[in-house]
Amino acid sequence: MSVEMIETKVFERPKSLIDTEMHYCPGCGHGVAHRLITEVIDEMGIQEETIGVAPVGCSVFAYNYIDVDFSEAAHGRASAVATGIKRVLPEKYVFSYQGDGDLAAIGTGETIHTCNRGENILIIFINNGIYGMTGGQMAPTTLPKMKSTTSPFGRDTKSMGYPLKITELIAALPGTYYVTRQSVHKPLNVRRAKKAIQKGFEYQKLNKGTCFVEIVSNCPSNWKMTPVESNQWMDKHMLDYYPLGDIKAPNLKEA
Amino acid sequence: MIKLMKGNEALAEAAIRVGADAYFGYPITPQSEVLEYLAREAEQRTGMVVLQAESEVASINMVYGAAGTGKKVWTSSSSPGISLMQEGISYIASAELPCLIVNVQRGGPGLGTIQPAQSDYFQTVKGGGHGDYKLIVLAPATVQEMSDFVKLSFELAFKYRNPVMILTDGALGQMMEKVEFFEQQERTTEKLDWATVGKPEDREHNVITSLHIKPDKMEEINIHLQKKYSTITENEIRYEEIMCDDAEYIITAFGLVARICTKAAEIAREKGIKVGVFRPISLFPFPYEQIKLHTANIKGILDVEMNAGQMIEDVKLAVEGKVPVEFHGRMGGIVPTPDEILEALENYIAGGKL
Repeated sequence: MSVEMIETKVFERPKSLIDTEMHYCPGCGHGVAHRLITEVIDEMGIQEETIGVAPVGCSVFAYNYIDVDFSEAAHGRASAVATGIKRVLPEKYVFSYQGDGDLAAIGTGETIHTCNRGENILIIFINNGIYGMTGGQMAPTTLPKMKSTTSPFGRDTKSMGYPLKITELIAALPGTYYVTRQSVHKPLNVRRAKKAIQKGFEYQKLNKGTCFVEIVSNCPSNWKMTPVESNQWMDKHMLDYYPLGDIKAPNLKEA
Repeated sequence: MIKLMKGNEALAEAAIRVGADAYFGYPITPQSEVLEYLAREAEQRTGMVVLQAESEVASINMVYGAAGTGKKVWTSSSSPGISLMQEGISYIASAELPCLIVNVQRGGPGLGTIQPAQSDYFQTVKGGGHGDYKLIVLAPATVQEMSDFVKLSFELAFKYRNPVMILTDGALGQMMEKVEFFEQQERTTEKLDWATVGKPEDREHNVITSLHIKPDKMEEINIHLQKKYSTITENEIRYEEIMCDDAEYIITAFGLVARICTKAAEIAREKGIKVGVFRPISLFPFPYEQIKLHTANIKGILDVEMNAGQMIEDVKLAVEGKVPVEFHGRMGGIVPTPDEILEALENYIAGGKL
C-alpha cells in the first residue's frame, strides 16, 4: 500500500520580509502592515527597484525587517527624504512609512507640501492615536477624552485641540492621486489594506501624483489593553472618527 | 570662459559645470540668486534637478535623501536658514553622505541683517548641530574661488564621504568680479556600494541611517568618524600667505576680509611697517601648525573678522602663547576698511600690546 503525500503551501514568509525577530509589541499592527508591504513588493517583483524611507517612532527600525534599500529620516522629514530620492531616481518605486506623530505633528509641513507638489511616491501612514516609541504621549490624532501620559485626564479639546484628520486634508490637495484609509484589525480589512498598498505602488508608474494610504492601527501597550481588546476598542472608537474607505480614488478610465 | 559675474551666480554656474545632479533650496537674502540662476539655467543645460522646497528644513532633508543615492547634491542658504538645517547636517555627517552646503552669511544673531558677516564661524567649524562631527569647511575670498571651490568641494565630499561647507558672506555673494570657469563636465555618477539605489539580488540591502542604538556600536561609529577627520586634517589643510616672509606682524583673516587686510598690509608697508596676511582657506581642517611656524619671526598677530572674535580662538590655539594675538572686528553687517584695520594695528603697536 502506498501513501501519496501532497504538500500544499498555504503560508510562507515573503522573500523581502527579513527573517528576524521584530521589536514590535505583541498584537501591534506594524507587523501586519510590514508583511503586506513585502507581499506586494514580492508579487510585483520590484524588490530591486524599491527604496523605502523609515521615520522616527516605533517603526524607526522598519529597515531591519523590510529587505529593500532604505533611508532612515529625521523625525517628521520622511516625505522630504523620499522627495530627494524620487527626484534623482524617478524610475524607482519610493515609499515612506510614517506614524501619526511623525507625519501629522512634527512633519505636517513636509507632508502637506510633498503631497501638494504631487511627488510620485507612496506615503504609508500608520495612525494609532498615540506616541508609541516614547511611551504613550498624546498624538495629533489622539481622540477627544482619550487618555495618554500627557493627557492623563483625557484629551481636552478646549486646551489640546482636536484630533487632526490629516488624510482628509491631504485628499483635498490637487497633487494627490489616491488617498485612502484602511485598517489591519480583521482579515477582510487586511485584504483591503493590501489592495490599497498595491495600488499605491502601481500608480507610481503613472506619474499622476502622491498616493497616501492611512492605516488606522492599535497600540496595546500604551492603550493598556490586550491585543484583542485594543482591536475592539479601535473598531468601536477610532473608526468612528476615522472612517475607513477611499477618500480620493482615481478615475481609472482616465488613467 | 571668462565672465563678469556675481559670487552667488558663480556658485550656481560652477555647480552646473561640475555636473551636479540636484539642488534643493529655499529663498533667503543675500543668496537667492543661486536658486534663481539655477531655475533659469540648470535643468535645460544638464538636467540637474532644481527644486524650491517649502523650508530649509525640507531642503536639507531632500539633500539627505538624494545624497544617499550617491548623486552629486547640494543646497545653499544664509545664516538663519543654515541654523534651521543643523539637525539635518548632523544626520548627513553621521550617515557619511557626500554633499555641498553653501552658507552665504549675513549678520546675526536672530533675524539680524541682510548685510554680510562672518559670525557663523563657530557654528560651522565647531559643530552647529548635535554630536561629534566635522564639516570640511572652505572659505573663498574671490568670486573665482566661489567657482573653484564648488568643484573642489564635490571632490572632497566624495573622497571622504563627508559634507563640505563653503562658508562665504553676503558681500562676496553679491559683488561682481571676473571669473574663469572650468569646462562643462558630464553628469556621471559612479556606482557606489553604499548608495540606496535599489537592492540587486547579489548584495545585502543598503541602509542610510544615523541610528545606532547600542552604545558600543555608536562609539565605534564615532571612533571611525574621528579617524576620518584626522585623515582629512593630514591631507586637506589649505591656506594662503601674503607678504609673510619678512613680516614683523601678521594679520590673520578668512574670506573676503583677508583681501581687505591685504590692502591694509600694503598701506602699512608704504609706511614702513612690515605686515603680512595669513589666510586660512580650509577652516576645518585649520592650519594650526602653519600659523605656529611664523611665531619665531614675528612680534604679534592681529586677527580681523566680521564678527565679535571667533576664528581668533583657533589662532590663539595655534600660536600657543608664543606671540600676542589681538583682535579687530566689525559686527552687524559692517565691512571694515583697510584704513581702520591699519589704525587698529598701529594702536595695538603703540600701546605695547603687539
